[in-house]
Amino acid sequence: MTVISGKIFVVGDNIDTDQIIPAQYLNLVPTIPAELEKLGSHALSGLPDHYGKFVAAGQVKSPYTIIIGGRNFGCGSSREHAPVCLGAAGGRAVVAESFARIFFRNSIATGQLYPMETPARLCDKLQTGDEAELDLQRHTLTLKRTGEVFPLRDPGAAKDVIAGGGLFEYARTQGLIKK
Amino acid sequence: MAMTITEKILAKAAGLKSVSAGDNVWVQADILMTHDVCGPGTIGIFHREFGRDAKVCDRERIVLTPDHYIFTKDEKCLRNIDACREFAREQQLPYFYDPGTESYSGVCHLTLPQRGHCRPGEVMFGTDSHTCTHGAFGEFATGIGNTDAAFVMGTGRLLIKVPASQKFVIDGVLPRGVMAKDIILRIIGDIGVEGANYQAMEFSGSTINALSMEERMTICNMAIEAGAKNGIIAADAQTLAYVRQRSTKPFSCLESDPDATYAAVHHYQAETLEPVVALPHSPDHKATAAACGDRKIDRAYIGSCTGGKTEDFVAAAQVLDGRQVAVPTFLVPATTEVEADLDRVMVNGRPLNAIFKAAGCLPPAPPSCAACLGGPVDTFGRCNQSEVCISTTNRNFIGRMGSKTAAVILASPMTVAASALTGHITDPREFLK
Repeated sequence: MTVISGKIFVVGDNIDTDQIIPAQYLNLVPTIPAELEKLGSHALSGLPDHYGKFVAAGQVKSPYTIIIGGRNFGCGSSREHAPVCLGAAGGRAVVAESFARIFFRNSIATGQLYPMETPARLCDKLQTGDEAELDLQRHTLTLKRTGEVFPLRDPGAAKDVIAGGGLFEYARTQGLIKK
Repeated sequence: MAMTITEKILAKAAGLKSVSAGDNVWVQADILMTHDVCGPGTIGIFHREFGRDAKVCDRERIVLTPDHYIFTKDEKCLRNIDACREFAREQQLPYFYDPGTESYSGVCHLTLPQRGHCRPGEVMFGTDSHTCTHGAFGEFATGIGNTDAAFVMGTGRLLIKVPASQKFVIDGVLPRGVMAKDIILRIIGDIGVEGANYQAMEFSGSTINALSMEERMTICNMAIEAGAKNGIIAADAQTLAYVRQRSTKPFSCLESDPDATYAAVHHYQAETLEPVVALPHSPDHKATAAACGDRKIDRAYIGSCTGGKTEDFVAAAQVLDGRQVAVPTFLVPATTEVEADLDRVMVNGRPLNAIFKAAGCLPPAPPSCAACLGGPVDTFGRCNQSEVCISTTNRNFIGRMGSKTAAVILASPMTVAASALTGHITDPREFLK
């Protein structure tokens, strides 16, 4: 798949892993399907209230497909629950000015989320609820309301790992581990 | 080719003569650590990808340390400990520190060195971002997620990018009342929470050399709070003495070449450093403790991998001895060894526990991560309302210690103790005159 489209959810700088998935929910194990769904229902529930809800109360899926962040998205813990809960809720990509290292890596290794870097500070330009289209071939984000096209950075090989389904599938196709 | 210590360790682990910052290399892991919060997920991926009957690639390299959610009635948390226990049994893991038994230790990042799993020159991965703590032993240590950890469990290897390094040189003698926590909070405040993103933070200089191993751990522990991949301090005689007391395995000490390339070099003079705090809600919101005297606190917390070691309690006791706390003061020793030290280590001729009791602190909780990261609602010391907590822990993100409306202030054990005595942020030197 080369195009991801849907509603965007806009946050600011230094969105840490405690805001993405508060520690009280780390008793849920992502490899157990029912608990994965629950993790999704709590995605971004640690955010301050002014951002609004990524997942509505009583729901397990989010109406938002693309998250727009500022600098240092995903800082803090190595909890893989963070990218996984965003993916479980229906998130497909995070577009941010920069990412914290472990979150970036976990997004790729799990194949859950496309972490895309934007040179422009989109979190100040876009609004939660806007419709947008993320083109993974051209590395662009298009705001449907205005038709504006924002260039993103090419994630290079990371894109292939995610598209292949994550680290294990990638390692198999590369002959690094047995099929 | 000149290399940093981080590059040398990764080159060795990759079987290469040399590597440079930016290279992607497959490295052999010497130790993989996981715990009760990320262990069950890691084990789930390991079984899914390698098969239900798969065996870990090397039992000697795996350390399983339940420590996060231990003393709780939460059924899922207890089930997760059971999942770790079952995996340890199935795989016959020799290094499983089982809650509720004699072998239980507590917080992984103090368990690893105390139980002999840290050695210079090695590569350690852990499913915990504070795995960078172990750079204090002259090794490469970094936090990874469950998927990467499951891969290491099965193959012993991981593909990683060699980080560029920033060097922090600290020279001189620290003033009384200024601790390792003050050094690292100052540095994070100066470079910001992504000031070392994707990079190594290498610490050196006469001040660092004079620090104990526990104080060096406090510094490397918080490298992640500046976004770093790893923190590292080259091994010296003190490192060797600590490691050889606890491990019989061979290892090799590596150090940076004098002409190695750095992304940046920072110099600090120890005599100019002061007790500092990180105000809510970011570890880089630095201010001197002396300048924050008008900030009231509701509680004080001494614990965690970065602030619950024996020396942290000794430092707090030096300030608390003979005085009375003004706010509820929570004590959580990181490991069972620290817990035992609270009864056997003396300050001014009295055991630490006697000093804390006389000062009016709450009785210490059993060792675990406890309220450092909030945890289940029945966690000891958790901020369940809008408390302002001054804490020796490492993160003060919104909601970190429980409620979203609580606020956390990070500080050294001495500053936390001094603030507990007055009920507001206090420079500990007021009590050390």
